[in-house]
Amino acid sequence: MFDISSYHKAYSVDEAIMLLSQNPDAIPIAGGTDVLVRLHGHNRNYRHLVDIHDVAELKVVDLERDGTIVIGSGVTFTELGNNPIISAHIPVLNEGGASIGGPQVRNVATVGGNICNGAPSGDSAAPLLVLNATVELKGPDGFRRLPLYNFYQGPGQVDRKAGEIMTCLRIAPEDYQGWSAHYFKYAMREAMDIATIGCGAACKIDGGHVAGLRLGFAVAGPTPLRCWRTEEKAVGRQVNDALLDLVKNSVLGDLRPRDSWRAAKDFREHIIKTLAERVLREAIRKNTEQE
Amino acid sequence: MIRTITGTINSKPITWQVDVRMSLADVLRAHGFTSVKEGCGVGECGACAVLIDDLVVDSCLYLAIWADGRNIRTVEGEAEGDQLSAVQQAYLDTGSVQCGFCTPGLVMTSTRFVEEHKGKKVSRDQIRKEHGGHICRCTGYEGIIRAVEQCLKPDQK
Repeated sequence: MFDISSYHKAYSVDEAIMLLSQNPDAIPIAGGTDVLVRLHGHNRNYRHLVDIHDVAELKVVDLERDGTIVIGSGVTFTELGNNPIISAHIPVLNEGGASIGGPQVRNVATVGGNICNGAPSGDSAAPLLVLNATVELKGPDGFRRLPLYNFYQGPGQVDRKAGEIMTCLRIAPEDYQGWSAHYFKYAMREAMDIATIGCGAACKIDGGHVAGLRLGFAVAGPTPLRCWRTEEKAVGRQVNDALLDLVKNSVLGDLRPRDSWRAAKDFREHIIKTLAERVLREAIRKNTEQE
Repeated sequence: MIRTITGTINSKPITWQVDVRMSLADVLRAHGFTSVKEGCGVGECGACAVLIDDLVVDSCLYLAIWADGRNIRTVEGEAEGDQLSAVQQAYLDTGSVQCGFCTPGLVMTSTRFVEEHKGKKVSRDQIRKEHGGHICRCTGYEGIIRAVEQCLKPDQK
């Protein structure tokens, strides 16, 4: 039996906000594949639960009239994988999502949970960062939106304030239309493993020159990170091997990989440089084919 | 913290009193469905896998109350009398069972995979990927993959 002290089930976002506001110690539980693992380990911080597992309004993927893609926080990775909007417009999200855990985990684990647990290794993090995703939250004072990049605050820490629920992730049309993206997860096994390094790249090529570039990494710092300085250096340059060399030799300046029992720092640095080049090369190839 | 859930297990209607703190694996085992094994308890081994509305789920990481209104399938419901299901028979034929601890969960994943892919061409990679949520330390998986291939052959029922 799990060591749960209080349990309340919500059937709507507003009900969840009310329940969370009444109990400041409470944690939302959606798919349960992180929260129940913590409870399995008798973690005291997860003893008070507000259950949002069956909140239908969080389980919607929508393409708004202006082209904005809205992904409800309660959508599972299996549902994302089967969703025609995602596969047509932002397949990179499924390149990350399909590598999470195993099939049973993907059948219940939600994208909102993957982000809100704040793991530096979240497999949807780098794809969503290179899509410039915006997080939408609803709390007692209403809605607010902020860039996903700013939502991450530290290992296991996100800017979800007391009483707030992440309602959805939003991808603006200018952030995916004309762009191509690729994601690669480097891990020791091909299933049921945490990334050693996750690397995402999105690019927009215009007349053989870089019109836009975004690089996102998981497990390369205390939070998933963008490579702002490298991106800035690359924009406007001609697409050739020199560009790939520049990116490869610059990314470490934007990242802070560390030693852990999973992998040594210098090994991670080697993987980061290798992936930066390979993943960007693939994103460029996709974009050139699109043109 | 007791709630009532209704639904079906292996096509039989149920009304169970469950504690909200219990996992579905705990509740299933308490009701005699002991094919469901808790191995790792953290979603890595798949020994507790069952089908919930035809989706493979690790029942040790699934609150029992979430099963309310749903249809659960465990390996207990697969044989008809002494007649094993096609997947169970294929596991026997290919020597896919050694210690047997992982087998009930794997059989449920294979059963769903075969139902979804009957008549379609599938690669060994696809079989491996869809069985990636299970750990078997005895067999090396080769027999299990052959069992699934055997079930997908066109002459199979």
